[in-house]
Amino acid sequence: MADVSPTVQFLSIDGTFAPNEAAEEYLPFLDGLSDEDHRQFYRDMAITRRFDEECTNLQRQGQMGLWPPSHGQEAAQVGSARASRPQDVIFPSYREHAVALVRGIDVVDIVKVMRGVSMGGWDPTDPANGNFRNYCLVIGSHALHATGYAMGVQFDGLVATGNVERDIAVMAYFGDGATSQGDVSEAFVFSASNQTPQVFFLQNNHWAISVPVTTQSRTPLYLRPRGFGIPTVQIDGNDVLASYATTRKHLDDARSGRGPALIEALTYRIGAHTTSDDPTRYQTPEQLAHWVARDPIIRFAAYLRGLGASDAFFDEVQQEADDVSADVRHRTLELGPPALSAIFENVYSEPHPVMAEQQAWLDAYEASLKEGA
Amino acid sequence: MAAVTEEIPLAKALNAGLRAALAADEKVLLMGEDIGKLGGVFRVTEGLQEEFGTRRVIDTPLAESGIVGTAIGLAMRGYRPVCEIQFDGFIFPAFDQITTQLAKLTSRTAGAVQMPVVIRVPYGGHIGAVEHHQESPEAYFAHTAGLRVVSPSTPNDGYWMIQEAIASNDPVLFFEPKSRYWPKGPVDFSRSAAELHSTRVVRTGTDVTIVGHGAMVATLLAAAQVAAEEGVSIEVLDLRSLSPVDYAPILASVEKTGRLVVCQEATGFASVGSEIAATVAERAFYSLESPVLRVSGFDTPYPPSKIESFYLPDADRVLEAVDRALAY
Repeated sequence: MADVSPTVQFLSIDGTFAPNEAAEEYLPFLDGLSDEDHRQFYRDMAITRRFDEECTNLQRQGQMGLWPPSHGQEAAQVGSARASRPQDVIFPSYREHAVALVRGIDVVDIVKVMRGVSMGGWDPTDPANGNFRNYCLVIGSHALHATGYAMGVQFDGLVATGNVERDIAVMAYFGDGATSQGDVSEAFVFSASNQTPQVFFLQNNHWAISVPVTTQSRTPLYLRPRGFGIPTVQIDGNDVLASYATTRKHLDDARSGRGPALIEALTYRIGAHTTSDDPTRYQTPEQLAHWVARDPIIRFAAYLRGLGASDAFFDEVQQEADDVSADVRHRTLELGPPALSAIFENVYSEPHPVMAEQQAWLDAYEASLKEGA
Repeated sequence: MAAVTEEIPLAKALNAGLRAALAADEKVLLMGEDIGKLGGVFRVTEGLQEEFGTRRVIDTPLAESGIVGTAIGLAMRGYRPVCEIQFDGFIFPAFDQITTQLAKLTSRTAGAVQMPVVIRVPYGGHIGAVEHHQESPEAYFAHTAGLRVVSPSTPNDGYWMIQEAIASNDPVLFFEPKSRYWPKGPVDFSRSAAELHSTRVVRTGTDVTIVGHGAMVATLLAAAQVAAEEGVSIEVLDLRSLSPVDYAPILASVEKTGRLVVCQEATGFASVGSEIAATVAERAFYSLESPVLRVSGFDTPYPPSKIESFYLPDADRVLEAVDRALAY
């Protein structure tokens, strides 16, 4: 089994800093992380966890059509997102709430999508939104957009100039289910062929709704892209330091012109696929307990306590998370439906006779109903 | 500007139009299978990679979803990709990217993201081809909001419409009638004859209106010529744009003739022709002297090429429908 790499891990389950052999080459990428950086990782994870719980509650109370929880995947998301540079461009799937938060998205914009008041939620071209593209619900299709975007970055000459403030890497997030999609394989083909500056960040949360990862692949997922000529690494996805260090290295490599890489983060979806799902139908209590014991936030809290973080710090973060969730709740309840003109506006960028005609008809029809009332 | 006219075939006119677009805007890229050294299987991109380089005229891996999916990403980065799908029947691996992503990204982002992507598709029959190389799948795309769908019938329109499609900030499905790639026709390089989404009267007449697009237009003109010799005056309209449809010239013609026959190579069920027939019946009911009739490919898979001439509407089938319309 010489070709099977062990899983990169820095933090053991109890939060002890104990890099394994596979982690050694990534150790330099933790250099320069300050205490404050570590605390920020925790803050990001704790706020996302609290926000995510609040959103599930809001959905249960009828305030959202659907919510896809991120519970359990916070370390994979926060570590990788914090490893990206501001100029990097992120193509998420639809569960990357922690990445969204780190990149500066107003998380209420995610709520807008799930509440049915907006299709995309945020403007990905607004610099305030951290080059975080829109969620994509057709599984795996955005992997090709990421690769095409990365080709454009190459054409623009923004790879391997040596300017770390300017060179751009592109990162696509997707899950274990998505690896079965043709578009993900085609993204590997185009990426390898063009040697695009990009990282494929695969969160293997072990479930595609109710179907286990063993149905998607008989080979460990991180081995598959190697057949496409893409270097890969498997990491403990519930170890935020492993996620940070490996992503930093591979994003740096991508920006430096060393081509694409894939990181498989082994993690677990503690909650349901979405609020419409019932995981008790397919997941055993033992499986759940196994992964709850590997909770990424508890593990990192233990690590921080070892570094000297006090109760006061954790209390302060909890308060901040509660404040964020209270704000989200408040602003969610204020979100009314969009104007009916949203049906027709922006279907096309340029004037279109059918849009104009049908909007005029709907306006006249609605007006006639009001006259009759 | 004085007319600068040359007689060239559609394939060369498209080549000239693509060359002009590449020269005018460095963000324009061509992507597709075998479009580089080979110049495309129909030679539409011949010489362009040599002239503009492998970065702007890109031989892609053999994967249609990959071509369109990466074109979407390139458009997000500010490029204007022009994708070639090698044959009509090979567009379906890209169907998801075209209909769920390309068509919807502008509305999904409330207009923040534009998708100036052109997808060129050689389509239609008459060339004795094997399966998947003779289809007319335009209705699938006309059915999808967010896409624009056009088809030139002449070298002049080919030269101009491809440039107008590339200039559009919306995605355009550009259907090229492959049986018309080779016949020569005049191209006026000095000015475009019509706006991209306009339908044109290509022969005036008074008794019956017939409308079609792409390769069908040549058949309609031939039918009109035969009818004229028999004393029937047919007005022929070249649809040019399948989405949106430019109804004003069609309705004006029907108000004059009172009769309409809609013709297409595509299967008739749930087709562009069905849509036009229904709309004209709604909007010109009191002008109609007969039902709107359709002449289409049969609602079957495309047959073996040795009998394709019995599947594809020809001038006689068009005239048979004209006779039926006149008999009311």
